[in-house]
Amino acid sequence: MRFTLSLCRKNLIGRPARACAMLLLTAFLSFSIFGGSVAILSLRNGLEGLESRLGADVIAMPYEAKTKFDLNTALLQGNPGYFYMNRSYLDQIAGIEGVEKVSAQLYLASASASCCSYAVQIIGFEPDTDFTIQPWIRESYSGTIGEGDIVIGANISMPVSRTLTFFGMDCTVVAQLESTGTALDNAVYGNIDTIKRLIAASEERGLNLFSNINPDTVISSVLVKVYDDYDAEAVKDYINVHVRHVVATQSKNMIAGVADGLSGASRIVIALIAAIWALCLCIMMIANTLLMNERRREFAILRVAGASRCRLGGLVMAESALIDLIGSVLGVALGALIVFPFTGAIRHGIGLPYVLPAYGTVAMLVVASLLLTVLAGSLTSAIAAVRISRLDTGVILREG
Amino acid sequence: MQLVAEALRKDFFRSSGESNFFTAVHEVNFTLEEGSLVEICGRSGSGKTTLLNMLSGLLTPTSGRVLLGNDDLYAMNDKARSRARNRSIGVIPQGQSALHSLTVWENVVLPIELYGKRADGARIDMLLERVGIAHLANVRPSELSGGEMRRMAIARALAGDAPIIMADEPTGDLDDENTEIVLTLLREIAHAGRAVLLVTHEAEAAKYADAVYRMNAGVLERQ
Ligand SMILES: Nc1ncnc2c1ncn2[C@@H]1O[C@H](COP(=O)(O)OP(=O)(O)OP(=O)(O)O)[C@@H](O)[C@H]1O
Ligand SMILES: [Mg+2]
Repeated sequence: MRFTLSLCRKNLIGRPARACAMLLLTAFLSFSIFGGSVAILSLRNGLEGLESRLGADVIAMPYEAKTKFDLNTALLQGNPGYFYMNRSYLDQIAGIEGVEKVSAQLYLASASASCCSYAVQIIGFEPDTDFTIQPWIRESYSGTIGEGDIVIGANISMPVSRTLTFFGMDCTVVAQLESTGTALDNAVYGNIDTIKRLIAASEERGLNLFSNINPDTVISSVLVKVYDDYDAEAVKDYINVHVRHVVATQSKNMIAGVADGLSGASRIVIALIAAIWALCLCIMMIANTLLMNERRREFAILRVAGASRCRLGGLVMAESALIDLIGSVLGVALGALIVFPFTGAIRHGIGLPYVLPAYGTVAMLVVASLLLTVLAGSLTSAIAAVRISRLDTGVILREG
Repeated sequence: MQLVAEALRKDFFRSSGESNFFTAVHEVNFTLEEGSLVEICGRSGSGKTTLLNMLSGLLTPTSGRVLLGNDDLYAMNDKARSRARNRSIGVIPQGQSALHSLTVWENVVLPIELYGKRADGARIDMLLERVGIAHLANVRPSELSGGEMRRMAIARALAGDAPIIMADEPTGDLDDENTEIVLTLLREIAHAGRAVLLVTHEAEAAKYADAVYRMNAGVLERQ
């Protein structure tokens, strides 16, 4: 065994071009399967996160939002659109049969903040009734969210208890949310009093951003949670029929477009992986077979020296396993180098929620990618190995 | 160790004329005794290599037996036969036989290390010295001349201390001086108690041989 390995190593070093070509092919295999599966899982994570993050079963907005609001734009460009309705709708909807919880949100135009190069979306919410935001606060925060406090999205890099300045007003970061993989990660949330002060601060500076928005009387949306044994669709229909000037949507339907985009993207990734694998494996199979022909004499000489047929097969397999192992490690490493540092760029590029899997899952993907690649690589040389071990030494030796 | 061929015959498929078979070697009975050097000469295509390959366990005969000591070579499975060849038969094949990713030294100790043994450095040095390629020990075969490669193959066959040596035209591309070195070496080995089978075109060789056979269209005759 030790001899076989050392011969493998020498054979590989002795023919660097040959080894490099095979190495590249296997690296490509493991790169594509690892990178691709991380991407697919990240997309799925993004969707799952989104589903649970929406939290509400039904979302009610003023009728004008029907044209102004598009969840995809909201989630991906961080621009929910600005529309307002009277606060009284909140109570009206709360009174509908089957409704368990309601909570209002107020969307303000995005603003530049001291923290960030991009515009930050400011969202008003009501900590007392809220059931969609506070469950996602990282590391449990037990304090209350008072005036001047804000909760920030995952993308805003600002440690808790530091301050963020909007329109010259300092807001204290009291908590940060888990990542959603969407533009919601660029939002900050504050209670109604905070929003009022922000509006006042902006007016003080002569900015006319939020004129005629009175947080005491207007809201942008009502998030509705329906009792488990009630049908969300029925509640949605009821609102649409009985509450005038309001349009309700089931959040499940809102993310249907995103889900479609995600499954489309996943399908593309899977097709890409399949194509790369089919191509690489074909090339490897052909290359292995051609190489074996070229190496017939080499193997005949080993036979002459006393190597059994089995031994020759073993040598071929060991050589390919060595290459496959090194190549697949390289490929996974390359995949990791691209997938992890560029998560943000990928998210932007595909315009879909994208949340990396947990470390444990990634570790499993690494192992699985390595195993699969080595296995597939070995299969492509197995045919060659069998053929080599069947070679008729007498005939080869006569070929001179 | 003695090597005995009993009614050894090899047919090859070749569809020409009236038969589908072509008999390359006709029922050969032959004994290779220890301590002797036997030469087989004969025209090109007469079946010398075919016979040698059968004797060394590399080519399964159509019929007949090869006895290595008391063991029937072709009654063994491939693994046992390979092991037996490694232990007992040093073959110098016809033509080029270098492994190009190994150095000359590594090529020579191949039969020893193949089964996990350690080569005796001093002995290998002596052997390389003897065939005149000691200064090339760490060189790759691609840098060798044809004659040097030949001598490397000879050193390899001798390195493993096999009691039987079979050489298929070992002096094919050597000059007169080196031919003599090699033939003398084989003679010495036979003297020392090994059995040597030498297939050659070299007229010179008869001088070194204890017995000379001629292969004629697959029929082996003692001269
Ligand atoms: N695998 C094979 N298939 C068909 N014919 C073969 C095969 N091997 C050998 N032969 C034929 O058997 C005959 C003997 O071949 P062999 O190689 O033994 O000759 P040789 O005496 O060693 O010749 P040379 O001196 O040129 O090496 C030749 O006619 C050759 O064509
Ligand atoms: Mg021959």
